[in-house]
This record gives sequence, C-alpha cells and structure tokens, in this order.
Amino acid sequence: MKRRLMFPVFLVFAFSGCGEHAPVSVLLTPKAYGTQIVEQSGGKQAGGVGARLPEPVVVQVNGADGNSVAGALVVFSGDGVIFTPTRVLTDENGQVSATVQLGSIHGSYPFIAQTPKQGGGIADVELRGIALGYQEKVGKQVSDKYCRMCHDPESTTERVSNFENLAQPAPHVFSDGTVLNSISDADLYKIIADGGPAVGKSPQTPAYRNTLASSEIKSVIAYMRAIADPPYPPQTAK
Amino acid sequence: MTAQTTLGRVIKFLAGSPARRFASISVVLAIVASIAPTKDLFSEWRYYQRQYKQLIRHRPDGARLQKNFQGGIQQIWIPERHVTDRCSTCHVALQENSLADQRKQPFRPHPPMPHTLNEFGCVICHNGQGAATTVTEAHYSTKEWEQPILPTRYLEASCGQCHMEPLEGTPQLNLGRRLLARYGCAHCHAITQPDGSRIMPVDEPPSLEHIGEKTSREWIFSWLKNPQVYAVSSTMPNFRFSDQEATDIANFLVSQSDASVNSTAPAPASFALPPAEQAAVDGPGVYGMLFCASCHATQNSKGALLGGELAPEITRVGSKVKVDWLRRWLKAPQGYDPKTRMPRYRFDDKQIAMLTAYLLTKKDEDLLANVHLDPSDRQSVERGKKLATDYGCAACHRINGIAPPEGFAPDLSRIGSKPLFQVGFLRGMPETLPDYISGKIRDPRAFGPALKMPRFTLDDSQVEALTTALLAQTDRAVTMPPELVRSVPLAKYHPGGDTGRLMEDLRCQSCHSINGNGGEMAPDLTREGSAVQRGWLLDFMKNPDTLRPALIRRMPKFNLSDEEIHKLSDYMLNAYQAPGFDSEALDLRSLDAGAAARGRELFYTKYACQACHIADYKKDKGYVGPALADVGDRLTPVWMYKWLKDPNAVAPGTVMPNPRLADKEAKDLTAFLVTLRAKKKGGAK
Repeated sequence: MKRRLMFPVFLVFAFSGCGEHAPVSVLLTPKAYGTQIVEQSGGKQAGGVGARLPEPVVVQVNGADGNSVAGALVVFSGDGVIFTPTRVLTDENGQVSATVQLGSIHGSYPFIAQTPKQGGGIADVELRGIALGYQEKVGKQVSDKYCRMCHDPESTTERVSNFENLAQPAPHVFSDGTVLNSISDADLYKIIADGGPAVGKSPQTPAYRNTLASSEIKSVIAYMRAIADPPYPPQTAK
Repeated sequence: MTAQTTLGRVIKFLAGSPARRFASISVVLAIVASIAPTKDLFSEWRYYQRQYKQLIRHRPDGARLQKNFQGGIQQIWIPERHVTDRCSTCHVALQENSLADQRKQPFRPHPPMPHTLNEFGCVICHNGQGAATTVTEAHYSTKEWEQPILPTRYLEASCGQCHMEPLEGTPQLNLGRRLLARYGCAHCHAITQPDGSRIMPVDEPPSLEHIGEKTSREWIFSWLKNPQVYAVSSTMPNFRFSDQEATDIANFLVSQSDASVNSTAPAPASFALPPAEQAAVDGPGVYGMLFCASCHATQNSKGALLGGELAPEITRVGSKVKVDWLRRWLKAPQGYDPKTRMPRYRFDDKQIAMLTAYLLTKKDEDLLANVHLDPSDRQSVERGKKLATDYGCAACHRINGIAPPEGFAPDLSRIGSKPLFQVGFLRGMPETLPDYISGKIRDPRAFGPALKMPRFTLDDSQVEALTTALLAQTDRAVTMPPELVRSVPLAKYHPGGDTGRLMEDLRCQSCHSINGNGGEMAPDLTREGSAVQRGWLLDFMKNPDTLRPALIRRMPKFNLSDEEIHKLSDYMLNAYQAPGFDSEALDLRSLDAGAAARGRELFYTKYACQACHIADYKKDKGYVGPALADVGDRLTPVWMYKWLKDPNAVAPGTVMPNPRLADKEAKDLTAFLVTLRAKKKGGAK
C-alpha cells in the first residue's frame, strides 16, 4: 500500500526538474510589494514581424509613497509575444528590463506588465509592440529618407532635424494618431502625392507624385497607420 | 484456454467452407480498399476548409467569399520556377483582403507584398514543402523533408536569392550584406552570390609588414587579448589567445617587421613638438579645422563615439603609436602603407608638430600599465609564426613570410541550403539552420574549442542581419532563371593621367564616388564639371566650406598648391561632363529681371523652397538641402534649370522631390537663383 503511494510522489519529484521555466517560477517569490507599475521606456516600439524589438522594455514598480520598490515581482504577458524573462524581480532601482519578440503577423501586439500588490490585488500597465510587415517596412525606409527630416523633431549628433526651422503650421509627427487618424487614406495620399496645397494645407509639404511610386506612398501611409498612437481604429486591438 | 477455443471457433466459422472463405476475404478486401478514400475524407485540409466555410457563413461579405471559394486541393504550379505549392488548400483566403481583420491562421489574407502569388507561389519566399497537404509536413522538418518554414524574422533572406541590389523593403538583408563585407567575413570565407559575383571585403585591415615602426610589443599583446579595450568600434575579432600565445604572436610580428619607405626616406625637417599642455589646449582647434573627425571617431567622456567610421577610432591612439612613426605617417601615409585610404595631406611642419603632440595626449594610462612581457626569443617567434599561420592572420593582414591562405575557411556560397544532417548542433539548441548560423556567429568556439573562427563584437540585430544575408545563399538561388536575378554592376573607374595620379594621392575616391566607383560620404563627382562654375571650384578647393549647415562630416583642407588646384579643377570641368548640359539646353536671355522676380515669388510662396533651403541667411532657416545663398556663383544656370525640372534624372536617389514644374516656372526659378550671389567684401569668406 505504502509503495503504491510512493510511486506518484516519486514521479512528481522526478519531473519537477523538467520544463524550462518551472524551477524559476517556483523559486521566484516577491520580496516586496508595490502599489503601482509604470513604463520607463520601450513601451511603444516598432520592429519587424517575428523579430525582437530594438530596445528592451523597461518598467518600474512604485510604492504608495511614490518611491521605487526593489524586489517586487513583475510578470509580462501578451498574446503572441515572447518575453525574456517573463517573470522577474525588480532591481535596486525598482526596475525590470525584458526583451520582447513579436509574432509573425503584422500589426499591433498589446501586452501588459503586472505586479502583485500587498494584501492582494494586481497593478498593471498596458504596453504594446508594433510588428511591421513588408509594406510598413518599405514605408519606414521611405519615411526615414524623405519625410523624417521635417516630421521628426528629435535631433541626434548624426541627424539634425529641420522641424524647428519650419514656419507654422508645424509638421505632424507620423505617430501622432490624435491628428492623423482623422485624415482619410485618400487625403493622406493626396497630401503626399500633390503637396499640402492640394488639400488646402501648407506648401511646406512638397509634392512627391513624380518622385515616389504609388506603392511607396501607400507604404508610407501604412507605416503611419501602424505606428499611430493612439492606434488607428481599423486595427482590432485584442 | 477459453480464448483459444473462441478464436478457433471464429476461424472455423469464417473459413469453414469455400463460400465462407470467399465472403470473408471479400469483406477484408473491401475494408482495405476503403482505407485510402476514408483517410482522405478525414484529412486536415478538409477540416480547415470546413472551418473556413463556417467562418464566412455569417459575415456580411460571406456571399462573395463563398463565391470565390473553391473546395478540394488547390495548387500553384509554375514549372519553370520549380513551384508546386498547395499551401492555398488550407490558406484559402490569401487573396481575400476583406478578411484582413481575421487574426486566426490559416485564414488571413496575405499582407501586401512586392510579388503576386501566381507569379512566385509561396515556397520561394517562405520555404517549407509546397507539395505537402498536412500542417506538419508543409511547415516543419520531417525525415523526408528537412527544409522547414523560414521564421518571419529572417524572411528578407528570400529576397536576397534574386536581388543583389539593396531594396527598400529589406533593411535587414542590406545590413547583413554590408556587415559581411565590413567585418571581414569575406577575407576568410568565399561567398559567391547567386549572380556569380563574390562578396568583396570593404574593410582594409592594416599591413603589418612594418608594424615594429608603428607600435610596441606591449600594445600588440594588449590588442590581441581584447581589441575592443583599445577601440570599442574596432571590427577586429577576439581570438581568445592565452597570454603566452599573444606574447608569441607579438614577438613574431615585431621580428618580421621590415623597414618601410617612410623610415628609409630622409627624416622630416626637424621640428620640436609643442609641450603636451599646449597641445591639449591648441590641438583640438587644429584637429577640428582639418576635419580629422570626418573619418576618425573618438569616444567622448560619456563613452559615445563622435566622428566618422571610414578610418580607425583614435580615442587612445597616444597609447599605441611611436612619435616618429606618427609624424612620418602624417606627412606621407602611403610611404608606410601604399594601400591606405588616408589621403596625403599637404600639412606644413607646424601642423604636423601640433597634430602629433595632440594625438599623443590621447592616452589611456591603464591600457598597458599591467603588460610586462619577457624579452623576445627565437622559440617564441617561431611559435608566434605558427600561430599566425594557423589562425589565418594573413587572410586579412599583409605579413612578411606568410602568404595569404587560399580557401582558409568553409565556402559559404550555399550555406542557406546546408543539409541539417551535416550540422553539429549544440545540446539544447533548437535544431534549425537559422539557429545554427546565428549561434555560430555569436560564439563560434562554443561549437568546439579547437575551432579557429574568432568571436566578433556584434549586437543581436547585427547577428540577425548577418544570419539573414547568409540564409539568402541557397541552392534554389543558383537555379533561378537568369532573367530574375538582379545584379549590381561592379564599377572599377579610376581617373587617368597626371591628374588621376594626384587624385589617387589625395584619395578622392575614399569619400567621393566617380562613375560608380568610390565612397558614399561625399557628393558624387561624375557630373561635377557640368554642375559647378570654375571660379567657385577654384575657391572651394582652396578653402572647402560645407554647403550643408547640418553636416558634421566635411571635406578636409588639403593645403593644395595653386598649381594642383588648377590641375584638379580643369580636369573635373572637362572630364566630368554630362550629356545634354550645354549652351543649347537653355537660352540665358530668358533669365531677365522680370523672370527673377517671378522666380522669387515661386520660391517663397508657391513652392516654399525655404522650408529646406536657405536663399537668404537673414530670414531662411531650412537645412535639408544645400544652402543657396551663393548658388549663383556656384552652379551653372543650365544645371539649375535641368535639376529643377527633374532632380532624379540628374542625381538618381536624391531626396529633392520633383515638383514637375512648367518649363516657364523652371526658367523663372533659375533666373532667381542666378541672382543669389555672395557679397564679397575683399578676401575670401
């Protein structure tokens, strides 16, 4: 009788070492608890389909006093997204960093980072990764070459933005969904192809009809839609 | 006992008489014969097609989708491209764009792509087994078919099977191919592309034939132990030599070093170096004025690299070079290494003294502080020579006494189709070709401590890009019909004659491209003679001043003599002319004051050119394109006119959009631009 009981117990022990993540999740228990989790960086990145996002995602756990909490458990989860690591304790700055690999279908991949709160309950922060397919990648290349000089206000040592030098109305940043989501594909096409004046806007946007192929213009629009923040409506956020 | 009797009874019943035997065999045959059709009835693809019908039944676009739907096994067959793809049997909606909201496979429509399904099928891009009709056989490795689906993050590799030229949609492949050439992979590995061209290395590892003049044994030792400690941006890989091995190689390299032309030439005029304190103060000005940073990078205090990547990083150069070597090098680089890309500047002795003293202050005292080597001896040198031979040092560097090895490392021309049974995977790693290739690039010695391949300093995205470029080297690529293969022609243009020689001396093509051959950092000079005016060109060569306020990298000042300037300018103005840029193309009389006034209006109002260009420094700020404040001195009117009419025809790939101007508008704008001239107040600005 005793032997029969021993056998399943033995099996449980024998297999408890198997599986890649099993030992980690068993051992990883929070040493501290926060009340809030916030994004530090990398929460709205775009990358190629199926590829790792260029930068890791960094989130921070804060306590009720607003200070960061070290040793709090953070769990990442999202459909079709692979995190390395998935479960991790915050470092001495109260932060964790995870690399994110998106699925192989282009589009938006919402995901969340969660932390358990003291005495029950969970705090979370919503993030997302954007997987660029072929068309959006072409759009990014075209936009980086022809559009970014004026439409991206950020300067680096290698690339000085022309944004500040322009007259009002200033160009829209391509990810600015609050404005661009309300402009139809047809109008965006018209602006890029025939210049701002074609829809009664500033002549500072020149006409690209004779420079870019129609497929390239469509690609730029697809790229804008993909990186739109807030997301462009027709994308089902699920 | 009982079982046996039962079985015996059954057999007796079934085979008791000839009629019963016949009936039993018929039943068995009927069952056997029905297995195949039944299997087909329960096949996976029927399941997916049923699911699809259910999915579309309640959709508003269902009627149309139902009309387009064809049941049964579907196939794309293109015999001349060896395509027999049945993927669309389950992926039934590949061309149904109205299903774009569908996130569940296999029913998503294919996202926009550069080719059509009917032209290329699926497997040419995605790999896998096209003829299969089960999920496992089509997508994954099986015993009979080991080429699984290509993971999407390496998908650009498939484009590289036909396209040798960089494409807009394949940034990762383009980067990978650049890295194969830049990181010296092609020095050891032969990589023949599908169009028959070889990937040629573009890094130029320095000659080591005279290294003893340049640096010390201690520095070579420290460099060999870990090149990135000296220069973070170095592409020299880490061979993980032991202290003894690094010492032996350092001893060998110093012992094989012979005298360069520079060292045997008469010593440069004696000049005293300014004291280090003064060099630290005045040096940066000279360094900046000469635009050394256009090609050489240095790390700033935060560790960020500032400057170009055409030449070695020189953050700690003072810990490396010997003073006498440095000043001879600055005087005549080609006297030390005839193949260097560094131009021969016409520095005066004072500039050389200041630069030398300043560069020597760029020191890292910690670099060699703990390097103490035993005196060199013959055995050590012998061991060093053997190591240098075994590890293929001469595949990259010129070394006395060691010939460059042929076929030193495996040929990678077909690595993308390497059969998996030939691959030795590591324990625990996923057994796929992309994982093998990227693992091998990331840490070659993990696959065997005796392997010679060194470890390169590459980040994840670089490894992924290299893997993508290598996965493009497939068997299929070689069998592609030639009309599909897009090559990049190899240009070998070098200018001729005395001026050609002068241009080689100044290494113009390190930065400028001419007739397709040369660097990308500076403007293409193929049509420069049609573009610029003589007076401007003479001034510019004397005192190069950037046209683009936003640029950090600029043309250095070579201290050319008047004779050299005239020689170069006349050569360019005569040799680098483009067809159609002549006095017939534009009637200069049409460029009158009225036209200029209309042109001004067009410039500022209708086309808002000031968004990108500066015509007047007092009010315009745009700096995407070159400043035009003195364009009337710089460019020829016919060039401006033809440029305005179609910039892309004049300079393919330019960022300037083609505004499709009416002929009159182009002439008016030209008339305005011609009036933009520098207000000279006596000497040069």
